[in-house]
Amino acid sequence: MSRLVRFAPLLILLLFVAVVAWRLLAPEDTKIRSRMTGRPVPAFVLAPATGGVSGLSSTDFATGQPRLVNVFASWCVPCIAEAPLLMEIKRRGIPINAIAVRDKPADVAEFLQSHGNPFDRIGADPESRVQIALGSSGVPETFIVDGQGVIRYQHMGPIEPGDVPLILREWEKAR
Amino acid sequence: MIAEAGLAALWLATALAALQLALAFGLGGEQGRQVAPIRAVAVGQGLLTILAFAALVAVFLRSDMSVLLVAENSHSQKPWIYKFAGAWGNHEGSMLLWVTVLAIAGAVVALFERRLDERTLSASLGAQAALALGFFAFLLIASNPFERLDPAPLDGRGLNPLLQDPGLAFHPPTLYLGYVGLSVAFSIAVGGLIRREVGPAIARAMRPWVLAAWIMLTLGITAGSYWAYYELGWGGWWFWDPVENASLMPWLAATALLHSVNVLAARGGLRAWTMMLALVAFSMSMVGTFLVRSGILTSVHAFAVDPTRGSFILVLLTLYIGGALTLLALRIADVKEGAPFNIVSREGGLVINNLLLSVILGVVFVGTLYPLIAEAVSGEKLSVGPPYFNSVASPVALALAALMLIGPQLRWRRDSAPILPRLAPGLLIAVVILVGSIILWPAIGILPRLGLVLGVGLLPASVMPLFGRSLRRTPLAVWGMVLAHLGVAVAILGMASDSAFTREKLAASRPGDTVSVGPWLVEFKQVMPAAGPNWTALEAELRASRGSGVTVLKPQSRFFPDPPTTTNEAAIDTSWNGQLYAVLGERDEQGRWQLRLWWKPFVTLIWLGGILIALGGALALLGRLFRERQQRRRVEEAYE
Repeated sequence: MSRLVRFAPLLILLLFVAVVAWRLLAPEDTKIRSRMTGRPVPAFVLAPATGGVSGLSSTDFATGQPRLVNVFASWCVPCIAEAPLLMEIKRRGIPINAIAVRDKPADVAEFLQSHGNPFDRIGADPESRVQIALGSSGVPETFIVDGQGVIRYQHMGPIEPGDVPLILREWEKAR
Repeated sequence: MIAEAGLAALWLATALAALQLALAFGLGGEQGRQVAPIRAVAVGQGLLTILAFAALVAVFLRSDMSVLLVAENSHSQKPWIYKFAGAWGNHEGSMLLWVTVLAIAGAVVALFERRLDERTLSASLGAQAALALGFFAFLLIASNPFERLDPAPLDGRGLNPLLQDPGLAFHPPTLYLGYVGLSVAFSIAVGGLIRREVGPAIARAMRPWVLAAWIMLTLGITAGSYWAYYELGWGGWWFWDPVENASLMPWLAATALLHSVNVLAARGGLRAWTMMLALVAFSMSMVGTFLVRSGILTSVHAFAVDPTRGSFILVLLTLYIGGALTLLALRIADVKEGAPFNIVSREGGLVINNLLLSVILGVVFVGTLYPLIAEAVSGEKLSVGPPYFNSVASPVALALAALMLIGPQLRWRRDSAPILPRLAPGLLIAVVILVGSIILWPAIGILPRLGLVLGVGLLPASVMPLFGRSLRRTPLAVWGMVLAHLGVAVAILGMASDSAFTREKLAASRPGDTVSVGPWLVEFKQVMPAAGPNWTALEAELRASRGSGVTVLKPQSRFFPDPPTTTNEAAIDTSWNGQLYAVLGERDEQGRWQLRLWWKPFVTLIWLGGILIALGGALALLGRLFRERQQRRRVEEAYE
């Protein structure tokens, strides 16, 4: 039997060990790279999500100024957790648009009343169509769209206190 | 006190394992290297480990919340059986169980092994001690189960409600008996390679352990599959989840080993290959334990993820498997091959069996690790799902089933008699089923159809080895083989029937609605609250009728307050020809409930087959042990 064949099982083991050791030692990259960054916002027109706010359409983005788009819902508990941080971001002068997913006008109004309204515009997306077109798989998610309407950054899950500097940095980059 | 006593027993057992290893290495001189002292040390190590495990069970039963592990995983209000099972329903406890089985196996080998010469036995016990030592160190350094918590909390944090199931009490210990039983085959192979004594004696010494471990793995996998089927509420019986694969891989290797070890024991052939399989089988157990315990692959099985522990086990398994495989590579040239054989022979059939099993093992191994490899190489995150495993592994498994039509009937060494008459019964029935199935069910897929054809064909073919024998004088081992192969046929039929004929219905319905699935008409009567010892639930009442038969199903959506978790309890009605499976889902805004219904014809054959396979193994094991005892007695009588 040739020497290579004799040592083949050992080589397979070493390969296995190398791969899993890499996984154990390399810090896990939990970021899921968005497939939408670098692409223009898909075309859509959304009606206002509740009384007293403006609706949202894809043409609202080519204003020359980058802005955040927050995908949220009144029934979403992590959205409550990130609401004060969105208010904080708004206070720093960053405009925020929003898409309310599978929601009812009354519920949205109640949510805004209890947790604040940092949003310039809120579009209603009752069947998640725009959410899916944006490549968002859950709520909450936050996108940064530049002044030409191109998606620059996608943040999955709630914004946590530690994420605020990152969001501000990405927004600066998009200017 | 009990916890400290347990810890002390664990330390003492560790010291004895080190002593055992040192003696086997010859550090105690020639006298220490003899079997008698090593045997005594191995038995002492086994007893102390049992003591440590008993101490852990005791603190769980007494709900001693000053022990960290109990506080984190138990609750004083839990039924006692779950407190008991809770002892191993967590990382530290399950590793202690693992080591306990390992040490007991070592002690049993030391006490009862009579087939090996003394030096080979000493070397094997040394290898077993080396394994134990590493895992004792792992427990003591990285996962001490007896750690105290001060101040003690008032009550514990409960247990994952998915795991509050009688199945939990038996599923992990059964699998561990299987995993760790293979350690003996590993140690004996290492002992044989060290002593350059690779021959039939090694195979005979290994065989009962391989058989016993394989029976346990078969039962463990069968039980785990049924548990996932009724507990997860997804209607499937195998998900190719990494943790499932972790138990399937040692089983595949053990199945191959089980067949090749017979060639070595009976004919002296396949020596190097059998040694390699013996090393690979237990290596797969360690790799499986590592994959599960390190949390390196994401899975439906939630376990604590801790990189330190993962690194520790990785170092251990690299040392053990790497050392053993290096030994194999160095010694393989010295291993003499046994009697030559023709390709058309029992040996030839078993070689093909081994190759096909190895291919399946490779497919599962690569599929399980592929997401890791892909991410290491290209940084891409992906997952390998059932489509890969089903479409790659199933054809190979079916080829293996086709081989079973003739393989068990071949003669050793060289079979020149005509094959066709022996193949005829299975083949004829298979062809009839093939034609019949194409006429009756033209739409079913090729793999399920082949499964049905081969499954039915294997029923007579499996019994054929009994043909022409005197049934009263047929050894138990042959009966065992026949039964196990019948079990394979039955299981294949169940799998094929499930994938070919299952009817599924997802309906949003209100009480009063009627839904049809397969031959059943299911009337949704009502939803009522229900309560158990530590949960509350919404329970649907479904009245299912088929012809004149009526049955009531009560699927639940259960809520466990501590920790807050919701689970779906499927309701399953079993009849002779299949199962009706119902799951109650969420309620939508219009007051309609998500009802999921499946009609699964003959799905129960899958697990029935698994049990038959294990029973066949048990019969063969009894037959072997009984016969060896008789032979030994005969030899002793001859000496007197």
